[in-house]
Amino acid sequence: MDLRYSASEQAFREELRAWLASTLPSVGAPPPLHDWSARRAYDMRWQRLLYDAGYAGVDWPADAGGRGASPVEQLIFKEECERAGAPYVGVGFVGLLHAGPTIIAEGTPAQRERHLPPILRGEEVWCQGFSEPDAGSDLAHLRTRAVRDGDDYVVTGSKIWTSFAPVADFCELLVRTGDEGNRGISWLIMPMDAPGIEIRPLRTMEGSTEFAELFLNEVRVPVASRVGEENDGWRVTMVTLSFERGTAFVGDLLESMRLLGELRRVAERLGLLDDAGLARRIGHLVAAFDALWALTKRTVSEAAQTGVPGIGGSVFKLSYTEHAQALGDLAVEVLDRAALSTDPLAGPDGEPYGNGEQLHAWYKTISLTIAAGTSQVQRNIVAERILGLPRSR
Amino acid sequence: MDFRVGDDQRALAEGIRSVVSARLPLERVRAHEGEAVAVDPDGWAALGETGVFALTLPEPAGTGLGMADAVVVFEQLGRALVPGPLVGTFLAAAAGLVGGAAEGGAQVGVHCRSAGPVLVEHLATLDALLVFPEERLSTPRLVAPAPAAGDAVRMADPLDPLTPMWRLEALPAGEPVAAPGAARMVQEGSLLSAALQVGHATEALDLAVAYAKERHQFGKPIGSFQAIKHICADMLVRSEVAQAAVHAAACLADDPEVAAAEAEVGGCTPAEALDRAVSGAKLLADEAAVANVRAAIQVHGGMGFTWEVPLHLHLKRALVRSTTFGTPARLAQALAAFA
Repeated sequence: MDLRYSASEQAFREELRAWLASTLPSVGAPPPLHDWSARRAYDMRWQRLLYDAGYAGVDWPADAGGRGASPVEQLIFKEECERAGAPYVGVGFVGLLHAGPTIIAEGTPAQRERHLPPILRGEEVWCQGFSEPDAGSDLAHLRTRAVRDGDDYVVTGSKIWTSFAPVADFCELLVRTGDEGNRGISWLIMPMDAPGIEIRPLRTMEGSTEFAELFLNEVRVPVASRVGEENDGWRVTMVTLSFERGTAFVGDLLESMRLLGELRRVAERLGLLDDAGLARRIGHLVAAFDALWALTKRTVSEAAQTGVPGIGGSVFKLSYTEHAQALGDLAVEVLDRAALSTDPLAGPDGEPYGNGEQLHAWYKTISLTIAAGTSQVQRNIVAERILGLPRSR
Repeated sequence: MDFRVGDDQRALAEGIRSVVSARLPLERVRAHEGEAVAVDPDGWAALGETGVFALTLPEPAGTGLGMADAVVVFEQLGRALVPGPLVGTFLAAAAGLVGGAAEGGAQVGVHCRSAGPVLVEHLATLDALLVFPEERLSTPRLVAPAPAAGDAVRMADPLDPLTPMWRLEALPAGEPVAAPGAARMVQEGSLLSAALQVGHATEALDLAVAYAKERHQFGKPIGSFQAIKHICADMLVRSEVAQAAVHAAACLADDPEVAAAEAEVGGCTPAEALDRAVSGAKLLADEAAVANVRAAIQVHGGMGFTWEVPLHLHLKRALVRSTTFGTPARLAQALAAFA
């Protein structure tokens, strides 16, 4: 058990910190949430800056054009970026963290050559076409059908929860090419400008248009754009998940810690900390977030030494998401009537309650126990795969 | 950075586990339920021989290890329900305060002052008593010899039948502990208590999972029902999160460089960073212990409520621990300042 960073890890941190300090002042404020073309431009420009400085694909292997950083360096990268207030990966998320790693692991040389460099340079945006209206937690039940016609697949069906669809160039698409169940699924690279794709924005409770529904009507996708063998797409997808090194929520966790600090200062200013009950809830979240930071380091250490992150991922997600929701609830309570507006409002002392960020975070936390595996599915996974309880369903 | 539990630490834990199960098996421990002496001198000496009280003492008197090793060992003591003044004896041995403590030849208790009545554990066998003031970071005092049990009232029916209790009207003032490291004694005591709590939490999880696999109802193991699975999954989450916190806090206690780095991030002094880490770890470990044992009792159904099944002993011990070195409520309130 050693939490001390090595000299080379420390050097990586110092160099990154210096680069962030010199680069971030020129980056500017992010565009409004609903201005998708401006968001794409902003996020891609940040990606290009990372690329030019040698930080693009920090977690990608060097032979794929990435930095090939160790899991601990990946952790440091995310930590420093968050602490410095650097832009989030944004619309580059699917390409950099999901589709890209899949193509690295399973793509043909031509697919790697075509897609990996532009993803790293910030020139190619991806979206994800996995979930369907009738296939959510039970993803293997998906029904979007791809039928061979010469050198193409003809794809018909619908997808849901597709982030960044309006600005995406490509979609990582799971389709049914064979029998029912997870053995009849293939993984395709679908160009988003192909005829027959209809994108319908899906407005969330926070009013955002991050998600869309995709309606696919006889969309032609070349067979050459299939990643992995036909009907082997489920395994291809699982291989990608094994790239996860336990750092998926580092940014969120550190953001929660920062928001908790801001909330405590607001509460202090308003004299609310005299309320022992409120103070305890804040203190409890301090303990929980600190512990989750320690758990992250443990998971990353496992990944660094064994190549797989061990049991930390599901355990982390179950705990973090509920504490993040508790933080959101606390924000609503501290902000009182100011919680009814996301506009900045002055408190009784003339200082702002918050900048609306706490409320935005509150909305966001509601989805955390649903997205990327509901907490109920996560508990089944923990119980069956880690604790060895008998399978059911 | 490599924050995994190391191979040496795993071996150490395994060694302690096997010695304890041979020398202080649950049947032997439980034979003293309700008695004034929870662990006889032979049992205590056997424990001392394993070196659990001398882990951080330099060689040759001890093994020259750190708190990160000590918490791994104390987790095992919690799992095995080992009774007696474990934490106080370790602290006194580490600071060289009481002769014989390191070898299991003396017992040193802990009393953390609170607004409640003065209840002292294991008084009949104590050679000395460490008294921690209500103010968390003030210097502890040593009362040696310990007050005579004959001058105190023994509780006829203490909550934990393996933690005999005496009520005193007042405690002698004792002497301030002057040993180097006195200031850190509260942190080390909190850490060891937290480690014992993690032991109760993980043992409860293992007992619940084993029972859920073997107990059949409606023609199936109850562990195949999602309602039971989710209880068990939540138990694992609580014990893993609490254990990570305890181990991280132990690393901070062992390595000034780590504490300094944490202090820089937190905008505080290294001592405050340690207090934050230790308080958070104790809080989460207290909660994990109590919540996990209660969950294990629920999984066991009616059997969980019997005297025979040892879950109640884990619950009662966990409650005893959560009244020392800061109750969860007080720790949570104090931690708010660190947000």
